[in-house]
Amino acid sequence: MTHLVPDTEPGRAHVADGAGALETDLGLELNLAPGRRRHFWVLRRLAFGLLTLLAVSILVFFATQALPGDAARAILGHTATVERVALLRHELGLDRPLVVQYVSWLSHVATGRLGDSLVARVPVTELIGHRLVNSAVLVFLAAIIALPLSVIAGAVAGSRRDRAFDHGVVTATLGLTAVPEFVLGLILVILFSTTVFHVLPGVVLLAPGQNPLSHPRQLILPVTTLVLAVFPYLTRLVRGSVIDVYEAEYVRMARLKGVPERVVLRRHVLPNALVPAIQGAALTLAYLVGGIVVIEYLFNYPGLGSALTDAVSSRDLPVIQAIVLIFATAYIVFNLLGDLLTVYVTPRLRTAD
Amino acid sequence: MSRMDTMMTSSAPASERVPASSRGPGLLRRSLGQSRMRIGLVLSAFIVLVAVLGPLLAPHGAGELVGAPYQAPSRGLPLGTDYLGEDVFSRVLLGGWTVLWMSLAATVLGVGAGTVVGLLAGYSRSALDDVLMRIMDVFLSFPVMVLVLLFISMIGSKGWVIVIVVGLAWMPQVARVVRGATVEVVSREYVQSAEALGAPRRQILAREVLPNIATPLMVEFGLRLTWSIGLIAAISFLGQGLQPPAADWGLMIKQNRQGLTLQPWGVVVPVLLIALFTVGTNLMTEGISRTVARVTPPEGTA
Repeated sequence: MTHLVPDTEPGRAHVADGAGALETDLGLELNLAPGRRRHFWVLRRLAFGLLTLLAVSILVFFATQALPGDAARAILGHTATVERVALLRHELGLDRPLVVQYVSWLSHVATGRLGDSLVARVPVTELIGHRLVNSAVLVFLAAIIALPLSVIAGAVAGSRRDRAFDHGVVTATLGLTAVPEFVLGLILVILFSTTVFHVLPGVVLLAPGQNPLSHPRQLILPVTTLVLAVFPYLTRLVRGSVIDVYEAEYVRMARLKGVPERVVLRRHVLPNALVPAIQGAALTLAYLVGGIVVIEYLFNYPGLGSALTDAVSSRDLPVIQAIVLIFATAYIVFNLLGDLLTVYVTPRLRTAD
Repeated sequence: MSRMDTMMTSSAPASERVPASSRGPGLLRRSLGQSRMRIGLVLSAFIVLVAVLGPLLAPHGAGELVGAPYQAPSRGLPLGTDYLGEDVFSRVLLGGWTVLWMSLAATVLGVGAGTVVGLLAGYSRSALDDVLMRIMDVFLSFPVMVLVLLFISMIGSKGWVIVIVVGLAWMPQVARVVRGATVEVVSREYVQSAEALGAPRRQILAREVLPNIATPLMVEFGLRLTWSIGLIAAISFLGQGLQPPAADWGLMIKQNRQGLTLQPWGVVVPVLLIALFTVGTNLMTEGISRTVARVTPPEGTA
């Protein structure tokens, strides 16, 4: 199981927190009947993910469609006559019962028809397609740097508890956890781009459709900001879990038997300490997805996050709906992945099969 | 902000009924023994002073033009002028108040609402628990910033709207922590004996459960406050919060960053103040939670 010692230190989190119903589900199902029940549990977890997604779609729909701000009014502007608004409402199907509207909206969304942007007057898919790719690139780059970096830093700090390196890591993460990511990003811009040194570009300048990887220098600051923003969480999680494992009975026993320290670390500590890190990594990915909203705006990066900010400013409902749904889906999928991977690598379950 | 929101929660393992000396004021006093608590307190107190007294001391009003845009610091204008030609120093003094009251109000609201939901769910011992927590799960399926933007786009960007939206964004996360702590407390003997004596639920919640989850609640309050400051500043930074001519640190950063190469102070000072504030509140939170950890040693091992 993945439970950590309940700890009062904010950085050493409960792994299960933020993972949906996993906390109870995992505990009950797996403790009672590991083994065969696992497939049943996986199916249940998948079904739960789908149900959550459905509930999310209901929330998004009612938040955007049912609240006072009316799409017809938004299209025509405040000067339009009541009759014209009523006519357009009829054309858009806004005068139908909400449930009917929701079902037809959902069937459109499910088949990829996301409607037209109210501002750009082009299909939403066309508008956000390449931005989705750009955002994925940003998240991917940040993740492949942040995940190994955090795991290594956390493991080294944990295995050298209370020594200089550990203190350095703890202090750094203390500061980094607190500071909001756009402030981190601005500090980097001030330091490296505009005011103190002038060594790195502080904005991303890309033509529409241009591959962000064609200007790697422009990506350094946004990616670094994201890495610094997510670094503390996983690092402290791994550190805490390494410390806990070192204190466990079987590790003490191995040491008493005279097993060399290196072997203890490799054979006993790391495999056990890294199980919570899987979920931590999944949550880090989920967190990165949320973090890009502000970071893309800050660096003028043409991704989904900056598109969402623009759409909110212009109240472009179809674009808001589409992007919010994409974000929520990514969030749910990453959480799901974390849960599933954790179940598959937990040694107790493997042996029970 | 949204930083690790759903992830970094902490709960004190209040394995026994917490002794009076280790909760509330007693806990705060003991935590002062920690250097991080003292540093955090000094930092936070400094920012609160700037935010509260600043508006009384500002030489110029919000929206008052005192010179050409992006002027360098000079006599009478210690931090120069901003993108419109307003006095940066005055706007720094004026702009902390909104950050302070909005983040405090959002935190009180979020922790309060989350506590109510968590207590109800944790002590219901019925389907209500599942219903409440599954609703919370739906809200947890969004990155916090996305959830906040979704609601702002529908309701607008007035100060109180942002307070409510940010508060509601924390509610599910607080509810989850409080529910966890409540379930644990409710299974203890003293709660069961109170039930056997026929004490009404409301009274048990108020007299037995609430005092015993006070420490995780305090830590939760500190975490949410830190993230509220960041989230609310970020909302203004995105241009979705307070609108000009309001003076607000987040908004100032947005307005002046185009001129960062000409006149950095309009960005640098608010950036530093927000950073110091969040580091200060976070250090205090850490100080409190470490003190709790010493009072009640963690139980069990992984």
